[in-house]
Amino acid sequence: MFKIVVLVKAVPDPKRASEIKIDPRTKTLTRADVPLVMNQLDKHAMESALALKSRVGGEITAISMGPPPAAAILKECLAMGADHGVLLSDRAFGGADAYATAYTLAKGIEKVGSADLVLCGMASSDGSTEWVGSELSVFLDLPVVTGVKEIIGSSEPWWQVKAHIDNGYRELKVKLPAVLAVTRELNTPRNISFSGIIKARKKEITVWDFDALGVPESSLGLAGSPTIISDLRVSESKREVEMIEGTREEKAEMLVQKFADAGTF
Amino acid sequence: MGGSTGPVWVFAEQSDGSVLPVSLELTGQARKLADELGTSLEVIFLGDAVRENTQILFNAGADKVYLGEHPDLKFYQSERYMQIIVKLAQEHQPEIFLLGSTATGKELAPLVAAKLKTGLTAHCIDLTLDQEKRLEQIIPAYGGLISIVCPEKRPQMATIAKGVFLKPDTSEPKQGELVLLEIGNEQDQRIELLNVVYEETEGVPLESAAVVVAGGAGAKDLEGWQQIVDLADEMGAALGSTRPPVDEGWVELDRMIGQSGKMVAPELYIGVGLSGELQHMVGITGAKLMVAVNSEPKAPVFEQVDYGIVDDCREFLPVLIENIKAYKADKA
Repeated sequence: MFKIVVLVKAVPDPKRASEIKIDPRTKTLTRADVPLVMNQLDKHAMESALALKSRVGGEITAISMGPPPAAAILKECLAMGADHGVLLSDRAFGGADAYATAYTLAKGIEKVGSADLVLCGMASSDGSTEWVGSELSVFLDLPVVTGVKEIIGSSEPWWQVKAHIDNGYRELKVKLPAVLAVTRELNTPRNISFSGIIKARKKEITVWDFDALGVPESSLGLAGSPTIISDLRVSESKREVEMIEGTREEKAEMLVQKFADAGTF
Repeated sequence: MGGSTGPVWVFAEQSDGSVLPVSLELTGQARKLADELGTSLEVIFLGDAVRENTQILFNAGADKVYLGEHPDLKFYQSERYMQIIVKLAQEHQPEIFLLGSTATGKELAPLVAAKLKTGLTAHCIDLTLDQEKRLEQIIPAYGGLISIVCPEKRPQMATIAKGVFLKPDTSEPKQGELVLLEIGNEQDQRIELLNVVYEETEGVPLESAAVVVAGGAGAKDLEGWQQIVDLADEMGAALGSTRPPVDEGWVELDRMIGQSGKMVAPELYIGVGLSGELQHMVGITGAKLMVAVNSEPKAPVFEQVDYGIVDDCREFLPVLIENIKAYKADKA
């Protein structure tokens, strides 16, 4: 059976992410009560998995690494149509950089069993490192294509894909099993149906902790991260703002005058 | 060299054989880091028949260029490029390794980093050495700046966008050592590149625009976004974006400004319906005059611009566009 693994990440709601800030005094992050949502690009990975499943058949497992509340986005994946949801969650996984995250996810994928295709979003809205897909491909010893905007599936082991380059795209053939990190152009994620929610309600999320993964603690979380944060500081602006006030019409008029004064027209 | 510190490395990316500007910028910055560390600066340059284009790398400050030439290397291919670089790194133990935040760099850097079991920092906006001579990799996040170091593993790897560092002066011919790499004929076993297609981007290009109109999540929907497009058109401006409109599909990825997008330096920047997250704002520090429109008076963007207007962009932009039209008509 064709096995697809989709990697999903719970991120602070991008619409409210700016509420999380560095406290200038304590140099720590202020814990604003920002809800976790599924990373937008991962929805495209999920949609791609569903479309492929309907064409070539198979089974979809959604995997996420994160705190217990991240189980909610796995429920969302089940409601979209995933067959299984696996949450990698343990204090020992905390503080992981992209390298340790990719390593932990790779161990989770290995435990799920031989995946034919691993799909993930090209980047996450919170970290924006874009490393996880590529790094875990190394840990799994699989080929990877990033920036994927079109997948031409097949029953053969060699699949054709289109992927971004700067100022254009490349067409590649990649031999499965493989990792594909996808972009928004790939598809439009489906909305969750009411029946999907009902079905998802009956399914359990599998939670794997440190013991379940069975890898040394030194390769996980903060301990397994080659990079660390050495300093946090508040950035100071060099500009002094002048607020333009008045009625809407007045503000527009004054602004156009500022543009004109700057030689814009 | 013989010192205990390994060399500083830069991956020189080429397009049609020519070294990309971002790679020259990195070579310039790497020269400074190498001097401070008292070590050499070495550049990896892979392509097909690109030898005549290596001189500019020496002019930019490289002590040594590792040149790999082969028809298979004309375009970036992940497995070939990764294998060549990883082998070379295992032999020469670089202290630092920098790559451009290009599509190629963003795929190649994590492959090399994972193979070498080392850290990699994305889209840095500055690189310096700390007191322990570790590479301090600075990224914007959470309304501030975060310094990241890679204390034990080597090389210390980072990607940096075009425009973060100044392009070095390459007018003066300089000497360096050219090392030719032996590139075999081995085939990629798992990925085959079939074709590369270049596409013209539509509209005013961001990098050279005198006026940039950038929009954010405050547009709320495609209809709201269209008003931002209309404003850009009315002003003959290049259209820019923060990440949310890209994720929403209102605008193409190549319009994103900031840490993981493009760096711009227009005469006038107008930010509409965006909160002023540093990841975006670091892309416009070179702008001369900056204006922001946002409905939230406490939005951080108002601490980072010259003129601010508190208003719902969806209500304000039509009025602004009418006023611009009227002004132009008056002058005509």
